[in-house]
Amino acid sequence: MTTAFARNQWYVAAYSQEVGEDLMARTICGEPIVFYRTGDGQAVGLADRCVHRRYPLSLSHRDGDRIVCGYHGFTYEPTGACVYVPGQTRVPRTARVPSYPIVEQDSLVWIWIGDAAKADATRIPRVPYLAAEGWTTVRGMEPLAARYSLLVDNLLDLSHETYLHGGYIGTPEVAETPITTEVDEEAGIVRVSRRMKDAECPPFYAKSTGITGRIDRWQDIEYYPPCLYTLHSRIAPTGVEPGPDGDDSRAAHAEIVYAITPETESSTHDFWMVARDFAVDDEEVSRFLAESNRTVVLQDVVALNALEKVIATEPDGYQELSINIDTGGLAARRILKRLAEAS
Amino acid sequence: MTSPATTDATVYRVVWQPGSDTLVGVCHCGAERDADDPIEVWQWLLSHPDHDQP
Ligand code: FES
Ligand SMILES: [Fe+2]
Ligand SMILES: [Zn+2]
Repeated sequence: MTTAFARNQWYVAAYSQEVGEDLMARTICGEPIVFYRTGDGQAVGLADRCVHRRYPLSLSHRDGDRIVCGYHGFTYEPTGACVYVPGQTRVPRTARVPSYPIVEQDSLVWIWIGDAAKADATRIPRVPYLAAEGWTTVRGMEPLAARYSLLVDNLLDLSHETYLHGGYIGTPEVAETPITTEVDEEAGIVRVSRRMKDAECPPFYAKSTGITGRIDRWQDIEYYPPCLYTLHSRIAPTGVEPGPDGDDSRAAHAEIVYAITPETESSTHDFWMVARDFAVDDEEVSRFLAESNRTVVLQDVVALNALEKVIATEPDGYQELSINIDTGGLAARRILKRLAEAS
Repeated sequence: MTSPATTDATVYRVVWQPGSDTLVGVCHCGAERDADDPIEVWQWLLSHPDHDQP
């Protein structure tokens, strides 16, 4: 089972809305980082350890765009350079903390973990609908006391919806419908597609879309290892197909996005988002989807936390058994392993 | 979803035959093979280029 982190990769560190005036501490891939936003709106991520005696900068305070260490006053620029030390005029040349490459787009704050010289922002996968006209997004983040690979396994095999999320998003058809799996080796993308015909509409979609009868339900996963998972969900009254011109306005679309960001070797930031192109101004629907999705995510959190305990205490060499539903998860594991080994 | 450039040239596909338990591996070279479980199908796909041409 993959546990090592893939370094030299972009990870979602936060939602844009989380990073502001206040100093925010968050550990990513085992690295403690302090986040804040400068006066001109730039999101900054610095190593959260003062170079002097390691005091967390996140427990310190700001002086304009600078951070003044709360222990003895070392003062840092957003670049990480220390520009003041107490009681002497000479600032040692090595007085600086690492500053992380940050890219903010699509309402997400991405951070590069690894060799800063290798950071290439064009490699970050895009999720424009999270911040686009005509879409509404609800979101949250749950702390997961489990290694990130367990969440990857979980999300790549949605057949578990039937058993773990019955009454919310699970119906019998999910576990019963065969999947098609694809791996694009060069781009490093795993796709798992499940197209259900004439299926029961789970409450999650019945209540939010207003579609009451039988549905055609598409679940098209695209996973961009290591961090970004997207599920393109299409819900339509059964028999309604997209038009020949691509027009699919009679169907409801939800983009379910997860950012799977390792915190430590055995804990994960579980960012979840649900963007939709229906009932976009309906706050009742937003509230319902946010509440239901959080409930579903917490059902996974409870299950994966239990699984982490099992795995952490078992002897080495446990033989898992994989079946057809695991085709995508196995592909994801292989790519994660490759990324971790390359870094 | 816009994404990094993809080329069909490197895509491995596994189709779960509806109504059966069979997985069909389809390599980008055109070779195909049935398998009984996902470990077997990935092993075969990743053994490319050691595939018989169809
Ligand atoms: S620990 Fe930061 S100034 Fe001493
Ligand atoms: Fe789940
Ligand atoms: Zn081949």
